[in-house]
Amino acid sequence: MDILQELSENLQRGNGDRVAELTQEAIDERLEPKKILDDGLIAGMAVIGERFKKHEIFLPEVLLAAKAMYAGMDLLKPLLIKEGIPTIGKVVIGTVQGDLHDIGKNLVAIMLKGAGFEVIDLGNDVPPERFIEVAEEEAAEVIGMSALLTTTMPVMKKVIDLAKERGIYGKTKIIVGGAPLSSAYAKEIGADAYCYDGLNAVDCVKGFVGVG
Amino acid sequence: MRKTIPIPRKNNVPSVGDVLKGQGIPEAVTPDETTTRLAQQSISIYRDHSDPTGIIMEISKPDFTEVYRGEGKNEEETPLDKIYKASDSLALFAVTIGENVGAKISGLFHENEFALGSMLDSAASLGAEMAAQALEKFYAGYLKESGRFDSTVGVMQFSPGYCGWHMSGQKKLFQHLRPDEVGITLRESFLMQPLKSISGVIVVGAKEIFEFDDDFPFCSDCDTHSCRDRIEAVLNQ
Repeated sequence: MDILQELSENLQRGNGDRVAELTQEAIDERLEPKKILDDGLIAGMAVIGERFKKHEIFLPEVLLAAKAMYAGMDLLKPLLIKEGIPTIGKVVIGTVQGDLHDIGKNLVAIMLKGAGFEVIDLGNDVPPERFIEVAEEEAAEVIGMSALLTTTMPVMKKVIDLAKERGIYGKTKIIVGGAPLSSAYAKEIGADAYCYDGLNAVDCVKGFVGVG
Repeated sequence: MRKTIPIPRKNNVPSVGDVLKGQGIPEAVTPDETTTRLAQQSISIYRDHSDPTGIIMEISKPDFTEVYRGEGKNEEETPLDKIYKASDSLALFAVTIGENVGAKISGLFHENEFALGSMLDSAASLGAEMAAQALEKFYAGYLKESGRFDSTVGVMQFSPGYCGWHMSGQKKLFQHLRPDEVGITLRESFLMQPLKSISGVIVVGAKEIFEFDDDFPFCSDCDTHSCRDRIEAVLNQ
C-alpha cells in the first residue's frame, strides 16, 4: 500500500501513534511535506468529514481522527514553515465578549486545522476590537465568532460594524455560530455565513478562499 | 424555606448511554470499543472532579411575579406565565457541578484529547441536569411532608433563557435566591459561573396546568422541543 494511503487510513482509524510513525517515514523517504499533508493527512480528514455527513460515524470518531492528524502535523509543521509553504487560509476565531462557552468554538478550530487552515484562536470573552486587530495583523481571510447566549450575540454585530469602519468588511469574511444563532440572524447582522457545526464551517471557509 | 442542598456525587453520575447520546450517537447505533471506553473514562473523570450542590428557596406568587417580569424582556406570551399563576407552590433554585470539571475539560483540549474532552463536556452537562432533578425531588419530598403534594400534583422546572422567559430574568432570580452562597455567580452578560450550572423555578401544581402546545412564536427557533417529553413525564408522575 502507498505510504500516504496508509497514513490516511490510520488517521481515519484514530491511530495517532501510527500516523506519527508513517509521517516520519514519509519525511525520511523525502516525500514533499506538502504532499504528505495534502494526500495523507488532509485526505484522511476529508474522508472522515464525508462519513460524518452521511452519519456513518459520529463526533467521537471525528475527534479521534483529528487527534491523530495533530500527531502528524507536529512533525510536518516545522518543515512546512521552513519551506515557506503557506496554509490554504487563515482564520481568526473566538467566543465573543461576555461569553465563556468554548467547546463549539474549539471543535470548529479543530476541524479547520484538520482541513489545512491556520487558525488563530483568541479564546473566549474576546472584545470586538481584538477580532479586528488580529485579523488585520494576520491578514486573515476569515473571522469566526461563537456565542452561546442570546445576551452575547449582539457583540457579533459590533465586530461586523468595526470591520466596516476599518474597511476590511467584505474582504475578510465573517462566519458566526452557536446554539441561539440562525441563518436569519447572521444575515440580519451582516455576517457572511452561519455555520451550524465544525464541518459546515470548513465547507463555508473553503468556499470563501476558493478551495474545493 | 431556603436551604443549601449538597448532592452526593455517587447519585449524580450520568450513564454511558446518555453520554453517548450527548455526543450525537443514536441509541440504535452500537458504538465501537474505543468510543465506549472513552465514555466510561469521561464518566470516571466526571465522578472524581464534580462537586454537585444546589440551593432552593420557596417563593410566593407575588414575589415570583416580580422575578418573572425581570428586566421586562420576556416574550409576550409564554407557557410559564400561565403555569405559575395556576400553581400551588413555587421554589427558586440553582445548581452547579462546580468548577473543577470545566477546568478538566479545558485541560483535555489543550492536551489534544479532544474526544475525551468532548465526552466529559457531555457528562458535565448531564450532571448539571441531574442535579436540577435532585432539587425537584427534594422540593417534592419537602411538600409531601407538609401534606402539600399528592398523586394529583405534578412538578416541572423552568429556566430563564428558554420558552420565552428571557435570560436576563436571572438577574432578579439571583437577587432573590443569592446562589453565590453555593458558589454560583452571574456575569453582566447573564452567564452563570461555573458554566455547568442551572437556575430557574420549580413549579408544583395540578398536572393539567403543565399541558401546553409548542406553537408559541419562539418554538420555531427551538431545536429540541424537549417540553413534549417533559410534559409527558409530568402527566405520568
